[in-house]
Amino acid sequence: MRNKLIGMAGGLALALASGTSAYAQELTIFWAEWDPANYLQELVNEYEAETGVSVTVETTPWSDFQTKAFTEFNARGSAYDMIVGDSQWLGAASEGGHYVDLTDFFNEHNLGEVMAPATVKYYAEYPGNSGKYWAVPAEGDAVGWSYRKDWFEDPAEMAAFKEKYGYDLGVPADWKQLTDIAEFFHRPDENRYGIAIYTDNSYDAMVMGVENAIFSYGAELGNFETYEVDGYVNSDKAVAALENYKKLYSFTPPGWAKTFFVENNQAITEGLVAMSMNYFAFFPALLNDSTNPHAANTGFFANPAGPDGDQFAALGGQGISIVSYSENQEEAMKFLEWFIKDETQKRWAELGGYTASAAVLKSDEFRQATPYNEAFYQTMFKVKDFWAVPEFAELLTSANQRLYPFIVGNEGTAKETLDALAADWEATFKKYGRAQ
Amino acid sequence: MTKLDPESRAAARGLSDLTIRNLFIIPTIAFLIIFNIFPLLYSLAYSFTDFRASTNAPANFVGLQNYRDLLSDPFIWKNFSITAKYVLISVTGQVFVGFGLAMLLNRSIPAKGLITTLLLLPMMLSMAVVGLFWKLLYDPNFGIINYFLGLDKFEWLADPDMALYAIAIVDIWMWAPFVMLLSLAGLSAVPKHLYEAAEIDRASGLYTFFRITLPLVAPILMIAIIFRTMEAFKTFDLAYVLSSQPTTELIAIRLYKMAFQEWQTGMSSALAYIVLIMVVAITNIYVKYLNKVKAR
Repeated sequence: MRNKLIGMAGGLALALASGTSAYAQELTIFWAEWDPANYLQELVNEYEAETGVSVTVETTPWSDFQTKAFTEFNARGSAYDMIVGDSQWLGAASEGGHYVDLTDFFNEHNLGEVMAPATVKYYAEYPGNSGKYWAVPAEGDAVGWSYRKDWFEDPAEMAAFKEKYGYDLGVPADWKQLTDIAEFFHRPDENRYGIAIYTDNSYDAMVMGVENAIFSYGAELGNFETYEVDGYVNSDKAVAALENYKKLYSFTPPGWAKTFFVENNQAITEGLVAMSMNYFAFFPALLNDSTNPHAANTGFFANPAGPDGDQFAALGGQGISIVSYSENQEEAMKFLEWFIKDETQKRWAELGGYTASAAVLKSDEFRQATPYNEAFYQTMFKVKDFWAVPEFAELLTSANQRLYPFIVGNEGTAKETLDALAADWEATFKKYGRAQ
Repeated sequence: MTKLDPESRAAARGLSDLTIRNLFIIPTIAFLIIFNIFPLLYSLAYSFTDFRASTNAPANFVGLQNYRDLLSDPFIWKNFSITAKYVLISVTGQVFVGFGLAMLLNRSIPAKGLITTLLLLPMMLSMAVVGLFWKLLYDPNFGIINYFLGLDKFEWLADPDMALYAIAIVDIWMWAPFVMLLSLAGLSAVPKHLYEAAEIDRASGLYTFFRITLPLVAPILMIAIIFRTMEAFKTFDLAYVLSSQPTTELIAIRLYKMAFQEWQTGMSSALAYIVLIMVVAITNIYVKYLNKVKAR
């Protein structure tokens, strides 16, 4: 009997020990379902080969990503050890205690200089200029443009364009040229249209598109330190930018009232439009002959400048954070140490991920790797982002409620729209005690 | 043979009243309290707080502030008015189409059973699947609806003025068979001798319809209207999948966004209660009317 008891206790101890050991050898990263998540899975397979620690990249469709992530956070769940979360989540996730503070890690590895400045500012730091970091820039991304090179380079089209507009047809240098080109190629009778832009009023889709115009027109969404919005988001420059965005909407294909990244890539693959707005992360599909019959004739450019020469783009992409409720935080920290290594970042870029490493971004090897990497490189040094405050979703809702009826529904004027938006945002910031 | 009272019969089978209560009634009540009553009361309590599930901040009691904010928010009223318009179009359409189909199927026609079964298919499909399916049908570039109707590039879902009607058409397609099914049951219960008497009196078709058919089917038709109104008021998936834009943002969609995208837990709980009170009030009006119809 005694031997039996000893045997049972030994077995139990062994089971517990092996259970704990197996538990620490597995990490789960949560991200949205898209190509970069597949590239990350390929990358982390190499980490497993090196260390024996198995890392799984669990994904969910973009439409569920925020809801699913915050449901898990709110439940204090430990299903995910790390999350590649949207930049806007930084405020909500850090103030809610859902992310581990990575400030020491950040400073220890000098990530403020290792990573491109804009990626540090928008993917990692909250509040702005506080020196507190909650994520490691993982997938750099921004909004750029693809276009039909064969249409642009057709001698007959070039001549007709020059005759009509008085300058050469080419990659647009500013928003006026972008609009002219969209108007020029907009020919519904030929089933050919000018441009594809974001119009989906869910989450941040359309707002990202409008931001592309607002930022390049030299306007701002507000003062991110004082939370003042009146005079910023409804400034004359912002009004002009919104008017132009609405004008571009009139050159989109039929049924373009609720479109985002899928439709905007389809606009190119189906040969519908001359130019299409999209995140750089979706451009690989446009270079693939099997998914884009016009791959050989597809070119790319960065968001053009506004009337005063300002040139910015709306930020996409995400940083990787450790979830506070993870039971494997030490292991996750080791993973991040591996992830930020130069050779890992280089490999990440080779696999198709958009590294935020300044050194890799600047290298000729990266800039010449694809036809869009040069535009991406240029863009990542002039990106701006939406509010990252915890109530960002309410701000997005107000923006969608105000912008969509103007752009798609033809309701009111740009000035009225932005004045109303400024009032909504002011009320929200007052409600949460951020502004007087 | 000696007759036993129910208690003695149960006892004879080995189940006393006490055992039945302990085995079946108490667990059922406990289940209802845990999964229905408790969440209802819990969310009611939240509706008086500023709680946000996405933060670690405690819930502060704010009294009726959430209700006041919601009822003075023009966007919420817009959502309610869109919902009311949708319910009206959708339920009216379902009643006309469903009752019309039932009238046709109430005659002796070949393959009646097969036709009835085929007509019932739409309501057996998943809402999300139906939404995606119709999204393709409506597509202005390659959808077949425009092709058959010769409408070229007509924008069903992209046009803010048309989108709500387009969603209501899908809802009518999906749920008119439900009205049809109930109406068929009502029509088959109308005594034949009433029609025979009307025929002897040489009553017109319209007279027969309005004085015999409709009054006798009205109670069951009212039940269909009650069910469909409640469901249409809560519509979420169909509108969300087909065209979630400001002109089609039904109150259920706004509620979802407020609760699970903006994480305004307290505010969304209050909105859920406002919707609940409205649905209960509308249903009560219908039920009162139903009782009047029955009493006639």
